[in-house]
Amino acid sequence: MALGTIGDQDVASRVEATIQRRGRDVRGTGFRFALFAALGISTLILVILLVDVLTDGWPVLTDRLGDFWSGTLRSRSSDDSLGISQGIVGSFWIAVFVAVLAFPIGIAAAVYLEEYAPRNWFTSVLDIVVRNLAGVPSVVYGLLGLFLFVKGTAVTNWFVDRVNNRWNAWYGEDLIELGQSTLFAGGVTLAVLVLPIVIITAAEAIRAVPQSLREGAYGVGATKWEVIKSQVLPFAAPGILTGTLLALARAVGEAAPLILVGAITGRLAPRDSMFSGLEDFFGQFADRFTAMPIVIVGWVQNSGRDEGFGPAAGAAIVVLLVFVIIMNSIAVLLRNYFEKKRG
Amino acid sequence: MADLTTAIAVKESTLTTEHALSPDSGPVSDDMVFQTRDLSVYYGDFRAVRDVELAIPERQITALIGPSGCGKSTVLRSFNRMNDLIPTARVDGTLLYRGVDLYADRVDPVEVRRRIGMVFQKPNPFPKSIFDNVAYGPRIAGIRKKGELNDIVEASLHKAALWDEVKDRLSASATGMSGGQQQRLCIARAIASSPDVLLMDEPCSALDPIATARIEDLMAELKNDYTIMIVTHNMQQAARVSDRTAFFTAEVDIHTDQRTGLLVEYDLTTTIFSNPADERTENYITGRFG
Repeated sequence: MALGTIGDQDVASRVEATIQRRGRDVRGTGFRFALFAALGISTLILVILLVDVLTDGWPVLTDRLGDFWSGTLRSRSSDDSLGISQGIVGSFWIAVFVAVLAFPIGIAAAVYLEEYAPRNWFTSVLDIVVRNLAGVPSVVYGLLGLFLFVKGTAVTNWFVDRVNNRWNAWYGEDLIELGQSTLFAGGVTLAVLVLPIVIITAAEAIRAVPQSLREGAYGVGATKWEVIKSQVLPFAAPGILTGTLLALARAVGEAAPLILVGAITGRLAPRDSMFSGLEDFFGQFADRFTAMPIVIVGWVQNSGRDEGFGPAAGAAIVVLLVFVIIMNSIAVLLRNYFEKKRG
Repeated sequence: MADLTTAIAVKESTLTTEHALSPDSGPVSDDMVFQTRDLSVYYGDFRAVRDVELAIPERQITALIGPSGCGKSTVLRSFNRMNDLIPTARVDGTLLYRGVDLYADRVDPVEVRRRIGMVFQKPNPFPKSIFDNVAYGPRIAGIRKKGELNDIVEASLHKAALWDEVKDRLSASATGMSGGQQQRLCIARAIASSPDVLLMDEPCSALDPIATARIEDLMAELKNDYTIMIVTHNMQQAARVSDRTAFFTAEVDIHTDQRTGLLVEYDLTTTIFSNPADERTENYITGRFG
C-alpha cells in the first residue's frame, strides 16, 4: 500500500480546528489552587503551633536546658531544680510497656486474623470490633485502666495477690498496693489503647503480601508456619514496623487515659536508686508515676497561678515533639531500609 | 522416593490404564505416575471440572490444553494439592499418585508438594538472593550444611540452564533478573527439592518468544529426569514440547445451568493434532473455536 501524501491545506485547517487549545482551563487551575490551599492551611497551623511553643519555651531551652532535663516536678516555677526527668522516665517506661505488650500480642493477633482465621461471620464481626476499638476515645481506655488496673477487679486482685505473695516471700513486703495509681497501670492501659492500632496496621501489611509469594513457598513443600515465617512476615515487616512505631508515638503523646489512671501532675518524690537492685527496679512499676504529657498538663494548669510554668510547659512540649519526630523518622528510615532490602 | 515406589508397585499392577489411554498409544513407558478416575473439582457447590480420566506416564511431558475457563489449571493444581489453599475447594473421585490416593486422610499435603513441585504462570521468585531462592526448598527439608546446599544450588541452576548467567552473582537479589531468568530460577527452585514430578501452570505466558523458546528447550532436557505436566494456552507449544495432550473444554450443564470444564480427549500429542477422535478437539485445534 502506498503512503498517502501529507500537507493538504484543506485537511490541515479542518484538523487544526478540532484539536487546537480552547481558552484557559479555569476549573482545572482553580481546583489545583484549592488543593494547594488545603495543604497550606494544614501546614500553616502546624507552623504557628511550633513557633508559639518555641517562643514560650525559648528562655528555658536556651538558659537552663541541662537543669531542666535533670530537674523534677516542683510547686514553684522559680525553683532551680524544676524539670522533666520524671516525665521522661515515666514516658520511657510507658513506651517499653507498649513495645513489650502491645507489639507481640498485636502482631500475633494480626497473623491469626489474616492467615489462620476462617472467613465467616464471626471473624467479620471480630474485624469490625477491632476497627471500632481503634476509634474509641482514649478517655474510655483510661476508664478501663482505672477499673482493671487501679481499683482492681476479681481478676486483677487474684493477679496482685499472686505477685504480692511472691514478693513477700522475697522481700517481706507487698509490691503492689491496689487502689494506688502505678506506672504498671499506666503502661498497661496505654498498651491496651494502641493494641487495636497495631492489629489493624499489621493485618493490612500482611494482607498486602502477594499470594504468588505464598504459593511459591507452598509449592516447594513449606508448611503454613514456614510460609508465614520466611515469606509473609519478612515481606510485611516494613508495614508492620511503621504501624507499630506510629502506635508507640501515639502512646507516648497520650494524656487523657493517664489522667484517669492517676498519673501525678504535682510533686513526685524522686526515686534515685532505680537501678540499684531488683527490688527498686520492679518497685518503680508499683510506684506513683508521671509522664511527659501529664507534666505538660500540670504546668499549663498552674501557669495562671505562677507565670513561670508557661515557659516550662512550652519547653516540655518541644522536648516531647522532638521525641515523637525522632520516633516517626526512625519509622520512615526503617521502612525504607526494609523495602529496599525486599527489592 | 524408592521406598514409596516399591511399596506402591503391587498396587499399581492392579490398575487398568487402558480405559484412559487407547491401548496402542504407549510408546515409551507404561509406568504411570498419576492415575485419575472420575475426578471432579468443586469450589463450594460449584463443580469447576468433571470427568477427568487421566493416566500420566513417567518421564514424559503431558500438556493440558483448552479454552479459558475449562478447568485445566484447576486440574493441574489438584495434582499437588495446591487447591487445598482455597478453603472451599474440594476434590471428588480418585487421584492416585504412584498408586497412593493423594487425597487420603493420612496423606500430608506438605510432603506431596515436596515430591510434586510447581512452576507458576507469573514468575514468583522470593524477594531474597538467587542462592536463597534455590536453597529454600532444601533448607525447609532440613538440609543445613553449607557445602551440601552449595552443591544442590549449583546442580539445580545447571539443570535449569541458568548457572552460567548467574554464577557470579548468586547473592544478588532475584527480583532484579529478567522475566525469563526469573522463571528459570523458579524452575531451579522447584528442582532443588528433588521432586518426582514438575507441574507447570502456563510457565511461558508472561514471557517473550526468546525466553519461551529457552524454557521449552529446558523442558525437553528435564523430561529425562522428571515427569512433567504443563498447562498451556498455546497450542503450538503443546505440539512442540509434549508427548501427550489432554484437551479440555467447558460446557453448560443443562440441569444446573453452570459452566463446567471437562476432559474431552486424551491421547498422544501427534494423534491429537493430526487425527483427533472428537469433533470438539478438532474444532479447537483448527482454530474454529476457543
